[in-house]
Amino acid sequence: MASTDTTTKTASAHGGTVADFASVGSGLDALDAVVTQRNSTTETLRQKVLPPLLGVVLVLALWQGAYSLHVTSEYKLPSPLDVWRAAEDLWYQGTLFSIIWTSVWRGLSGFLVALVIGTPIGLLVARVKPVRAALGPVLSGLQSLPSVAWVPAAVIWLGINDSMMYAVILLGAVPSIANGLVAGIDQVPPLFLRAGRTIGATGLTGARHILLPAALPGYLAGLKQGWAFSWRSLMAAELVASSPDLGLGLGRFLENQREFSDMAGVLLGIILILFVGIAIELLVFTPVERRVLRNRGLLGTGK
Amino acid sequence: MTPALTTSDDAPGVGTRDGSPAVRISHVHKSFGRPGAQTHVLDDISLDVAPGEFVTLLGASGCGKSTLLNLVAGLDKPSSGSIEVPGGRPALMFQEHALFPWLTAGKNIELALKLAGVPRPERRPEAERLLELVRLQDSYGKRVHELSGGMRQRVALARALAQGSQVLLMDEPFAALDAITRDVLHNEITRIWAERNLSVLFVTHNVREAVRLAQRVVLLSSRPGRVAREWRIDLPQPRRIESSGVADLSIEITEELRGEIRRHGQH
Repeated sequence: MASTDTTTKTASAHGGTVADFASVGSGLDALDAVVTQRNSTTETLRQKVLPPLLGVVLVLALWQGAYSLHVTSEYKLPSPLDVWRAAEDLWYQGTLFSIIWTSVWRGLSGFLVALVIGTPIGLLVARVKPVRAALGPVLSGLQSLPSVAWVPAAVIWLGINDSMMYAVILLGAVPSIANGLVAGIDQVPPLFLRAGRTIGATGLTGARHILLPAALPGYLAGLKQGWAFSWRSLMAAELVASSPDLGLGLGRFLENQREFSDMAGVLLGIILILFVGIAIELLVFTPVERRVLRNRGLLGTGK
Repeated sequence: MTPALTTSDDAPGVGTRDGSPAVRISHVHKSFGRPGAQTHVLDDISLDVAPGEFVTLLGASGCGKSTLLNLVAGLDKPSSGSIEVPGGRPALMFQEHALFPWLTAGKNIELALKLAGVPRPERRPEAERLLELVRLQDSYGKRVHELSGGMRQRVALARALAQGSQVLLMDEPFAALDAITRDVLHNEITRIWAERNLSVLFVTHNVREAVRLAQRVVLLSSRPGRVAREWRIDLPQPRRIESSGVADLSIEITEELRGEIRRHGQH
């Protein structure tokens, strides 16, 4: 621009016009604007979906290889195809989905109850000092106790029924969820709390508008872990507890196949348990977590 | 050279002559730690900010300027003495933007409006007006991480103004910005201060910034913090930070500040 020189001279003499600063400001905004990009679908497929698929294919290939080379007897190691046929049999008997659903329903409803119980416990432990001193170590201790250990106790207390299953799920998941919330709250930067207080967010208002949203990433991590614990506890309980009154779930199915010495069925049971656990995590928890992290700029995009 | 005023404890600042001040700090002491092992941070600070006045608090580290600001903001209580802010809870801006990353720029402002009791239908238009005031009318739906440092501080300013307080406390709000951005923001804050007739108490350790912005510069001594000296600045606004008027006064004040710091090296 030809007029730049004269403008600068008058500006330095008069201390700069407001319009000058405004235009510098908008120039800076344009230069400093942070561009966030999301990867294209093909890119995501190539980077995120393809590698795990290849991993699965590799495992299947090794498995088939071991089977073809007769590493061990067929009774101990059936081929992938045998397992597939076992799945087909269940499908044609019409029991495949009912087995999966029995366990998924127990797992998810137990998890939801654990959520309702674990969240207020977590809040209390995080925010009330005496409660923290008393319950904090117990909670983190419980988290490292494998919840299978509760099964014998639960059977004696409650008998072999659904309540016993739920008790084991709760004992596994509640500490995880509560601890996740405590960790989430502990990681909230004090600056947010100060900023909240200066705009008038104190007490319950502060908890609702500042503390809980700020603790959400840690809380979600806790929920994810809580689900994993729920699922594991449930499978353990189903494996151990046998009663005709209990519906046939995945854990029971697995144990039945062992009793029949049907190795293809056992492997199918293991694969289904793994599959359901991963599917729930990928379909329910991962999208929520990614959304929360992306909104806060905590997800490395384009990297 | 601008005449320099020295204040003693019982002759509070110029703001008191006509009517009540926007902020009155009288004989404030502040110590931290348990009895017996206390650190004395603030020692008998008395300072008034008149309505519509722009005051900068200047001092080296350890002078307790941020502590003083926290006291005025009501985030902490003085050990003795009193602080009055007749207009109610003052707005506070930090060195870090302190915007909530789970909300958009606009929603950050709306949360402050909500907590200030603004009815729901008025929040969105008011938030947009405030964003326009800080020249970010297009950033309503932007997430915090999508804004540059300077833009974040402007949203933080808009959120502070959303509280509806006439008193604005600023704790080194531009310290983390680059020089050009800071220059632009100096101009913005001067403009908004004049437009909205705000009373500003601005903490900084940057002498030029203090002189660039303020009508009155208050120098605090360190450990414990005391009002060491104050200057009225009569240069017309908007000033330029490079101008000779600002530079001359900065040299004088820096000399004084160095003197304060040197005292601590002698024993």
